[in-house]
Amino acid sequence: MSIDTIDRQLIRATQAGLPLVPRPYADIAQGLGIAEEDVRVRLQAMLDSGVIRRIGAVPNHYAIGYVANGMSVWDVDDASIDAAGECIAALPFVTHCYRRPRHLPLWPYNLFAMVHGRDRDAARVHVAEIRHALVTRFPGVLRSHDVLFSSAILKKTGLRLRN
Amino acid sequence: MRDAATTSQPDAGPMPADAPLRHAPAKLDEIDRALINQLQGGFPLSERPFAEVGSQFGLSEEEVIARVGRLLEDRVLTRFGPMFQIERAGGAFCLAAMEVPEADWPRVVAQVNAHAEVAHNYRREHRLNMWFVFATEAPDEIPLCARAIEAETGIPVLLFPKEQEYFVGMQLEV
Repeated sequence: MSIDTIDRQLIRATQAGLPLVPRPYADIAQGLGIAEEDVRVRLQAMLDSGVIRRIGAVPNHYAIGYVANGMSVWDVDDASIDAAGECIAALPFVTHCYRRPRHLPLWPYNLFAMVHGRDRDAARVHVAEIRHALVTRFPGVLRSHDVLFSSAILKKTGLRLRN
Repeated sequence: MRDAATTSQPDAGPMPADAPLRHAPAKLDEIDRALINQLQGGFPLSERPFAEVGSQFGLSEEEVIARVGRLLEDRVLTRFGPMFQIERAGGAFCLAAMEVPEADWPRVVAQVNAHAEVAHNYRREHRLNMWFVFATEAPDEIPLCARAIEAETGIPVLLFPKEQEYFVGMQLEV
């Protein structure tokens, strides 16, 4: 999808968040000098095309009790990776699942799955569940795995378009 | 760029180097929990969206606005608004990692976070101890920004572009 100048202005006006006022879309429209209806129609079009994934709240996982944020990483045979990725993504505790390039020899892993738990042991149980699903459904394709826990959030601002 | 229309939300902004994670869960009441669960799923595109959300919980429009504002201030919510997938509009995201020596940690955190293209940055327990995400308006900005960080820090930046995304139903119950 291509976006026009007004869409770009709309992204800039909302990338830090919606205004907390009774009519937030009217407030944004006033700032951009366009009609409220136009703001809502354009946001809906960007939702429909996927430029906007969703409009809503992003919780801090830690504050809502998911204090263990583990990036589980897997070295899976290339021939089976898409089937394995779909299998892992379907598990209810996995919030993101991607295939990414290896950086040998330091980094042999090509499948990344984020798991969240109320503590690290809970997250490790999820990692064990992923491992179990892989070795039973795809025998012989898993070579090694690891889980990297976060120990500090250094920055979390989301997208920022420059001027 | 910050518009006047967006100043009613606190700017999370870069956190100081080594700011501790919030390990203690926040104190939330049942209404907060219900609101967070509801708002993760989506916010209406109607004229009075806060009133519409409130009507589902028997809350007034003012109370919903006040609670969302408090949840943002307390950093229970890190964002409230549209989540953009900029690659659908020609932009790009890319995960990156660096192996930062402990002695250089504060300097490198500051150098990396100073780039507006760095959207998130986490410390993780591994030889590769810094993991961050580039979000740029065009894909060719990512290697340029990675090279700039390498030149400034003297440390290689490994890029982990998404080759395939596997679908998940992403919501955590509060």
